[in-house]
Amino acid sequence: MPIPSPLYSRTAALCTSQEWRDWSGYFSAITYGPSYEVEYYAVRNAAGLMDASPLYKYEILGADAERLLDRMVTRNVAKSRVGQVLYTPWCDEDGKVIDDGTLARLGPQHFRLTAADPSLRWLQDVGYGLDVELRDVSTELAALALQGPNSYAILQSLLPKTKLGGLRYYNLLQTEFNRAPLTITRTGYTGDLGYELWIAPEHAPALWDSIMETGAGYGILPLGLAALDILRVEAGLLLIEVDYSSTLHARITEQQSSPYEIGLGWAVDLDKADFIGKQALQQEASLRGELHAVQPTKQPPSQNSEAQSDRGLLRSRYSVAHPSQRQSGRSLVGLEVNWYDLERLFGEANLPPQVAGRASRTAVPVYAGEEHVGQATSMVFSPILKKYIALATVRSEHAALGSQLEFEITVEYVRKRANATVTKIPFYNPAQKRALPNG
Amino acid sequence: MANSTSYDAIVIGGGHNGLVNAAYLARAGLKTLVLEQRHVLGGATVSEEIYPGFKFSVFSYVVSLMRPEIIRELELVRHGLAILPLESTITPLPDGRYIYRGPDSAATFRNISQFSTRDAEAYREYSYAMYHMAKAVKYILSIRPPDPTSFDPRELLALLKLGKHFLSLGEENIYTLAKLMTMSSADFLEEWFETDPLIATLSASGIIGTFLGPRSPGSAYVLLHHYMGEIDGVFRAWGFARGGTGGVAEAIASSARALGAELRTEARVAHVITRNGRAVGVALENGDEIYAKRIISSLDPKLTFLKLVDQNELPSDLVDRVGKFDSYGSSGKVNLALDAMPELSCLPGYGEHMRGAISISPSVNYIERAYDEAKYGRFAKKPYVDIIFPSAIDPGMAPPGKHVMSCFVQYAPYQLAEGDWNSQREAFGDAVVDTLSEYMPNLKQLILHRQVLSPWDIEQTIGLSGGNIFQGELSLSQLFFLRPAPGYAQYRTPIANYYQCGSGTHPGGGITGAPGRLAAIEILKDAGKVLQ
Repeated sequence: MPIPSPLYSRTAALCTSQEWRDWSGYFSAITYGPSYEVEYYAVRNAAGLMDASPLYKYEILGADAERLLDRMVTRNVAKSRVGQVLYTPWCDEDGKVIDDGTLARLGPQHFRLTAADPSLRWLQDVGYGLDVELRDVSTELAALALQGPNSYAILQSLLPKTKLGGLRYYNLLQTEFNRAPLTITRTGYTGDLGYELWIAPEHAPALWDSIMETGAGYGILPLGLAALDILRVEAGLLLIEVDYSSTLHARITEQQSSPYEIGLGWAVDLDKADFIGKQALQQEASLRGELHAVQPTKQPPSQNSEAQSDRGLLRSRYSVAHPSQRQSGRSLVGLEVNWYDLERLFGEANLPPQVAGRASRTAVPVYAGEEHVGQATSMVFSPILKKYIALATVRSEHAALGSQLEFEITVEYVRKRANATVTKIPFYNPAQKRALPNG
Repeated sequence: MANSTSYDAIVIGGGHNGLVNAAYLARAGLKTLVLEQRHVLGGATVSEEIYPGFKFSVFSYVVSLMRPEIIRELELVRHGLAILPLESTITPLPDGRYIYRGPDSAATFRNISQFSTRDAEAYREYSYAMYHMAKAVKYILSIRPPDPTSFDPRELLALLKLGKHFLSLGEENIYTLAKLMTMSSADFLEEWFETDPLIATLSASGIIGTFLGPRSPGSAYVLLHHYMGEIDGVFRAWGFARGGTGGVAEAIASSARALGAELRTEARVAHVITRNGRAVGVALENGDEIYAKRIISSLDPKLTFLKLVDQNELPSDLVDRVGKFDSYGSSGKVNLALDAMPELSCLPGYGEHMRGAISISPSVNYIERAYDEAKYGRFAKKPYVDIIFPSAIDPGMAPPGKHVMSCFVQYAPYQLAEGDWNSQREAFGDAVVDTLSEYMPNLKQLILHRQVLSPWDIEQTIGLSGGNIFQGELSLSQLFFLRPAPGYAQYRTPIANYYQCGSGTHPGGGITGAPGRLAAIEILKDAGKVLQ
């Protein structure tokens, strides 16, 4: 049974719908009022505030902090600046994704990692023998996600002394709220302008209140998971265990995914020194033709002897099949379902199109002609785009933009197929997401 | 002076239908020019900062049925369009009670139950019944009206399809539809409900923008227009546009520009230039002449036929019919800039209900009495008012903590029995504010600025003949193949290469974009092209 998060006193008072979901063991509001749509539009047009405290959070400190992380994640941590945040997956030795999250560099030897799943043991195993201090701060830090085009104006008027205007996308700053340390990262899960605020739990309710109070004139609403799910699909952001499985939870090889297979190839830095999964990913990249710059000739002897000796240990402990030489054949794509097809297919049953208003996480098969080529894993009618969109995993030969596929829909219990086009993700990508709010 | 460039098409009027039309023509590869008389595009679909920091949706205030296919085909979201939900209606009553209808169906049920449990149950059924009716009519809205008098096989085929469509509705639905077409909205609703303020509020949907009362036959049909969005289900496009209704025009304009159309403001067309019965260009008031292969008027029928072209070019029956085309406005607008959100005495506090509509419609007789005054040339002292707070839906409409209030007011006749609108305007504004203050006692002290618009002001500012917000009464006698005149309901005119695409054509007014798009289909057909 879930327990209250540090912000439960605030979220419970607002959650008149009493619709809750268990998120990592905490009560998390699905919708606050009768309509998730107003929360959705608040984020797209004004601002929404979400309790993101259930995220798992870890701090990595010490002389070898950077080295540990560079061994663990696929992006280049050594190149990151203090004040930068990286979005990154991390893999097992077979190059299969364990989890994805954000990695904030708070200092030269101080990092904070967020994860969807508990990750302390993996951090400890990767850091075996290194000079690091690992702290599970999941319960020591509350998280508030303030998202939407007005989030800057709200936060800036709440913290007039903090220079928020210069804070760039995927950067952070440290400030204070009620004399308590507050980290602000310009990150989020909505694909819009937004900030995530990290603060000790005892100060979180007051911060929530201040944001809601300041935000009242800016149209702020509390944001629940139903609206968030639509926002993140529009933003083309993945959800673990929905759009892909963690290799730790996969029961068969086919359920594992490499970063390349879930659209995160851009986050794999094959140029950096040895990291977990690099060999497998190198091989996969060359098979996929994703190797651009560097041809890996001979592996230079690793300066990090632990890295090599641990290789066996770090192979996914739950490896369910012998790591095969199977070619990486899948890609994550955006699909736009042809609306006229939906009108026609439902029209045959004398119905208007019935599509998921709340995002559906029930995967449906995707076809190319008679051939089954993949599945759509998250789908929703985008309220702002007026389009039925989906995130899907398909065989790579069908992943090119503009490819025509067929998407299974059920019309009055009968399975039918609508045409769908492979579309660029994010589906919705407003300029303010990355721009500096002051112009 | 003749302009050297020549266009494939010139669209007269930069209202939303003109812009939609131009965007589709440009999309099909036509070199298209839009000419707008004002300094700003949008026509009645416009947002203006009338008072510093406060943006008013000056005229139209909600997006009724913007066709989703237009949003998709013209990529309006990429060009900035967002339609925000406007989901509830609250009707405050003089006795301190209120009727609430909103997305929370259980709350709606409980509220109506306080008046009549029977009505609370009927309300759900009513929605289903109207859904079926709307579905029946939606087909009509999406087609070019066939000419029922023609023996042209294409027209006959279209009529046959239409007949087949109606037969497919089933007996019960055909009867209901026949009733809807002939009854008054109050009579129709009284067959369903017994709670007078509920009937009044629902019937108000049947009279918005028309010179009809809730007891006027024919008003029931207009009720349907409000259920059209229901057919679109979650993909409905009913709501409030970000940035006000001007946000819609800006998005369409941006799309049209991206598709290659040229949009010119402060370019008032004096008349259409014709040669041997064909339209070949336009003459601007500044003396410029611009030539094009086809001219499309998005203006109302009176301007399109009686002002822009020489009446001698038209058959006399058309001139006669357009002259009689009813386009006298019946509604006014009061826009307020407010220092804070006012309080409804029946439900105090800035709750979710303030993001919806507030309807001043306490009884059927109340609205009918307001209509009575208008019939005899006076504005209603106790008017029906449809209120929204645009800033509560889109905080960008006013400075933080401040608000704009949009009041659509009925009735305000174009033709006054005594005096003129210049002398009556502020008295009308006072009547509206006094009426509202009965339900929002602190309203007056919050008003920073007041803008009052009568039908005459609407005509003066944006040119709509008679100030009719739909470019002509939405009465049965002026719909479908009769809009704007029999024989000319297919967007063409007796003058070759001269077309019409405004709300004065099928399927009529409201921010739908449908006339603009349907006209584009016909224009492109004549040009040997297909709308993709």
